[in-house]
Amino acid sequence: MTARDILVVDDEQVITQAVVRVCGAEGLSVDVASSAEQGLSHLARTTYRLIISDVMMADIDGFAFLIELRRRHVRAPLIMTTGMSTMENAVRALVSGAIDFIPKPFTADELLAAVRRGLRFATLQDEAESTALDARPDSIAWVPPPPQYHRLGYASWLATEVSGTVKVGITDLFLRTIDGLQGVALAAVGDELLQGGRCATITTADGLEHGVLGPVTGRVVEVNDAVAAASAVIERDPYFEGWLYRVLPSELQYDLLHLTACSSDRM
Amino acid sequence: MKIFRTLGSKLTVAVGVIALVTIAIFAFFNSRSDNKNLLAEVERHANQLSEAVKSSTEFDMLLNQRDRIHETIKRLGNQESIQRIRILNKAGQIIYSSDTTEIGKAVDKKAEACTMCHSASEPLERVGIKDRTRVFRVHPDSGRTLGIINPIYNTTSCSSAACHAHPKSQKVLGVLDVTLPLAEIDRAIRQGQRDVVLLAAGAFFALSLIIGLLVRRWVALPVRRLVEATRHVAGGDLNYVIPEERDDELGMLARSFNNMTQRLSEARLQLVQSDKLASLGRLAAGVAHEINNPLTGVLTYSSFLQKRTKDQPDVQDDLKVIVRETIRCREIVKSLLDFARQSVPKKSAAAINEIIARAAVVVENQLSLNQVRLAQELGADVPPITVDANQLQQVFINLFVNASDAIGPDAGGGTITVTTSRLKLSPIGITQVKQAQCPKRHSLINAEVRIDGKPSIRVRARFEGNEGFIYRDPMYGLARHQFGIAPEPGMDVQVTCPECSSALNVHGSPCPDCGSATFAFEVPGKGMVEGCTNRACTWQRWAELERLGDRDFVEIRVKDTGSGIARDELPRIFEPFYSTKGQKGNGLGLAVIWGIVDNHNGAITVESEVGVGTTFIIRIPVEP
Ligand code: HEC
Ligand SMILES: Nc1ncnc2c1ncn2[C@@H]1O[C@H](COP(=O)(O)OP(=O)(O)O)[C@@H](O)[C@H]1O
Ligand SMILES: [Mg+2]
Ligand SMILES: [Zn+2]
Ligand SMILES: [Zn+2]
Ligand SMILES: [Zn+2]
Repeated sequence: MTARDILVVDDEQVITQAVVRVCGAEGLSVDVASSAEQGLSHLARTTYRLIISDVMMADIDGFAFLIELRRRHVRAPLIMTTGMSTMENAVRALVSGAIDFIPKPFTADELLAAVRRGLRFATLQDEAESTALDARPDSIAWVPPPPQYHRLGYASWLATEVSGTVKVGITDLFLRTIDGLQGVALAAVGDELLQGGRCATITTADGLEHGVLGPVTGRVVEVNDAVAAASAVIERDPYFEGWLYRVLPSELQYDLLHLTACSSDRM
Repeated sequence: MKIFRTLGSKLTVAVGVIALVTIAIFAFFNSRSDNKNLLAEVERHANQLSEAVKSSTEFDMLLNQRDRIHETIKRLGNQESIQRIRILNKAGQIIYSSDTTEIGKAVDKKAEACTMCHSASEPLERVGIKDRTRVFRVHPDSGRTLGIINPIYNTTSCSSAACHAHPKSQKVLGVLDVTLPLAEIDRAIRQGQRDVVLLAAGAFFALSLIIGLLVRRWVALPVRRLVEATRHVAGGDLNYVIPEERDDELGMLARSFNNMTQRLSEARLQLVQSDKLASLGRLAAGVAHEINNPLTGVLTYSSFLQKRTKDQPDVQDDLKVIVRETIRCREIVKSLLDFARQSVPKKSAAAINEIIARAAVVVENQLSLNQVRLAQELGADVPPITVDANQLQQVFINLFVNASDAIGPDAGGGTITVTTSRLKLSPIGITQVKQAQCPKRHSLINAEVRIDGKPSIRVRARFEGNEGFIYRDPMYGLARHQFGIAPEPGMDVQVTCPECSSALNVHGSPCPDCGSATFAFEVPGKGMVEGCTNRACTWQRWAELERLGDRDFVEIRVKDTGSGIARDELPRIFEPFYSTKGQKGNGLGLAVIWGIVDNHNGAITVESEVGVGTTFIIRIPVEP
């Protein structure tokens, strides 16, 4: 089995070529498949660190492709992309197990940011596995959110409060997939957040921007001043001190259906 | 129209026939008694006549002066009104007659003159006038004749007369038979009958005419209006309104008809809207997929080039434009998708009492810490309401916790009483205009200028070179408008959409209160709201809302025996982060409640007295 960096699956040639061009310039090796079926035959011969897949494809769509990958124990993380760039699709992609969602059309930087995170994710995954094998509990790759929290994919978390509001933040794993956090651009009090919509943008030293997909739909009632003042607090304590917003959710019960209860992560 | 004609004419004919039958029966009995009276009159007259004949001949008979008797009878009998006078003896012989030709002829006991006494086996001696008269026809085709018999009795003077004594045992000597023609009376009777028939016919036509007119006015016209309206509705014009000017059943029908069409038009609007949305959603999805792929090529390559040509400023500028414009395209497609995004409804019919009971279970432990008793006085007649049950449960949890906090651990306990009931309220003064549109569907809602905390409705007003905004009170009926510009009454004020300058004026419909110019905007799916441009005038009209009348509400009261809230604190308690509990509270509970109640088109108010307790009152409309 040969090893390559990226497999991109899309029935539009212009997309696959663009990915080849952008990632190739970064020194990454990219293979192209114009259908899910072709992608699967690539995967039979080659291991990839990261897969980028379209949703709407002729024979097998992106979601079915993802299921098939898990069935075949393909460990490579998958980034989903689609021209149907709705919040629903974003949420669905993350819920189905994609590590990220990039709506089309994307810029070279947006693609690159997602690819870098994806590759870091793959590395972290490998590390975590070897840690588990070596049984060295002191070197945990990342900290999962507290059990009473809920998360959207591996991007963001939500904690319910007695008054009916929720706190929102970024997961430790997401923060570890970005390299050299420089700042966080936050929404303002009164802004409406959408589940699956971008709720914060992290800038990194390499000049890239990383959008964080929010876990809940609702109105921001409070922004964490500590984060606004010094973004490093997120990295230090992503689940308590480093919360981003307090949100008045408008459809919490509905939103919760799409979130993963963090208590299940520990089982 | 045919159906009214039949309905109207059926009613008319039915009433006419009833009238006709009544008149006929009445006329029948009336003419019968008339005839009887007439006949009785004639009988009386005939009897008098025959008595007169008898008495005028009696003396001559006694003296047996036959010629004089002949003479008298002939004279009398020649009178026009008398047909014939004759005297018969017991042998049935006509002894005297006004018709001289028949003198000497004999009739037998079976003749009419004799039967009345001789029909029984024993001859009758005396008979009443009724039995003495008879009406008959000489020939079947001749006129009627009345005959009267007058028996000539054997009087004492007679039996003792020397001349021709009759034996004393003889009681009846002969019979005087007078007959009168009834032609005159029959004519009168016929005349009367003709009159009655004419009267009946006249009454029938007059009655029919009147009934017809009334039916037309009271039934046919309103029904025709109804049918006219159904035809309009069938033709698709759901805004057709029947004037509701009556309060009988047809007026009620018209009202419910109007109500129905209005509901229909609302439903259709929603249907059209959702249909539009659904097809727009499909369109957007298709467009998004088709456009976003090629756009990706443009955007990725141009942004990639931009990255790689940082040292070539002239190319950079061009690429920047390409990237910027492509991103703009992306935003357009995205907004199309966002717009088509249909949120899944999260509200459903729920029993408020059950939601309260569930919330009570959640806070049970917390309440018992402060020895707080939760009394539930839940009305049995509270209708189910369309709500987000989870959100409402949160409302009650927050209210109970606040109440428990207000009672506190040191009071040695307290009581929270939660009451539910249904009530009817006029929508005026409690209904908020949450959406308002110009004819081109720009939203007029303005969140910057709020009236009593609620976004106002902003329109642009222009008059005599001045221009400014009017901020309308979103609470219909309260009219706490804010004027950025103050037109005088009666001025020609132009009201427009701030966005597209579409005219909002309602031409030819001045304010009924002050005569100033009026304007209107649409509340999507709920009709037009009209208003007056005069600053001093409070007139406004939301015809659709007012037509619906009073609305059903569910009222929930949460009353506690806690510390109460000071008067100057009251206006602030719903503000986010307002809390008097220091570390213990975050001041969001009531803000959350406010948001949820507002989300359900409801209202929350509070009554409180320091040291006595606090009552929160929530009212939620039964129909969303
Ligand atoms: C007012 C009633 C009355 C009328 C009318 C009357 N009679 Fe008599 N008739 C009597 C009575 C009563 C007797 C028995 C006593 C008597 O002879 O007077 C009688 C007796 C007789 C007798 C004799 C008795 C007998 O059988 O011999 C004859 C005949 C007679 N009637 C014929 C006539 C004839 C004919 C007429 C018609 C022209 C006539 N009567 C009309 C009451 C009437
Ligand atoms: N039932 C009540 N009795 C007395 N005061 C109340 C009651 N409910 C609310 N308040 C007052 O309103 C404030 C705001 O309440 P809330 O928004 O729920 O925030 P918190 O409970 O976190 O303080 C409370 O701090 C309290 O002063
Ligand atoms: Mg509270
Ligand atoms: Zn407009
Ligand atoms: Zn005008
Ligand atoms: Zn007026």
